[in-house]
Amino acid sequence: MKIRVKFFAILRERAGCGAVEKELADGSTVADLWRELQKDYAKLDVPGIRMLYAVNQNYVGVDQQLKDQDEVVFIPPVSGG
Amino acid sequence: MFRVTDKPINLQELVDYVIDPEAGAIATFIGTTRNNNEGRKVIALDYEAYGEMAEKELARIGADAAQNWPICRMAILHRLGPVQIGEASVAIAVSSAHRDAAFAASRFAIEEIKKTVPIWKKEVYEGGEVWIGSQTGQPLPQR
Repeated sequence: MKIRVKFFAILRERAGCGAVEKELADGSTVADLWRELQKDYAKLDVPGIRMLYAVNQNYVGVDQQLKDQDEVVFIPPVSGG
Repeated sequence: MFRVTDKPINLQELVDYVIDPEAGAIATFIGTTRNNNEGRKVIALDYEAYGEMAEKELARIGADAAQNWPICRMAILHRLGPVQIGEASVAIAVSSAHRDAAFAASRFAIEEIKKTVPIWKKEVYEGGEVWIGSQTGQPLPQR
């Protein structure tokens, strides 16, 4: 299945890009996606960072199963306002 | 009105939006860029957002405020991109029949914005720049 990933803020800087499309096995979770992305982007992991996860603009848990064409964003600690 | 913008904020636009014949009170809040933070001399803040979700979360905050207090209308506008010292990064306006609800809802809104809205600020200071955000993270938003 095809998953669209967007990177923002510190993750965008570490990935070196703002968006990527990723092929994943059916039934993969957000956690699986994060593991796969580490292989593509050596500097993506920020030690100690606690992220939130969004699929199709809704917050979800890290074990959320993904579907074809889902948009996933790994959300580093927010600082709006 | 729950939006992000890359233009300077005009508070009057938000005030005009929340004016309501049933309202006897309008409360506003503006967040501005401060010239210092944690001992660093700040030059500017640079805001980035997951735009579509940010507006969705701002609207969710508005809906929650309306559930918790008897407000008439609400508007939140968050600016993106560079925001200089003294300039507004976020503005909130809320109207209600009596002032308690307007004060409380505007307070609630800024606290919630800082917790769940996918917007990030990068602090440009004398000597470098750093993404602001607690590295211990924050709890999963409860729905």
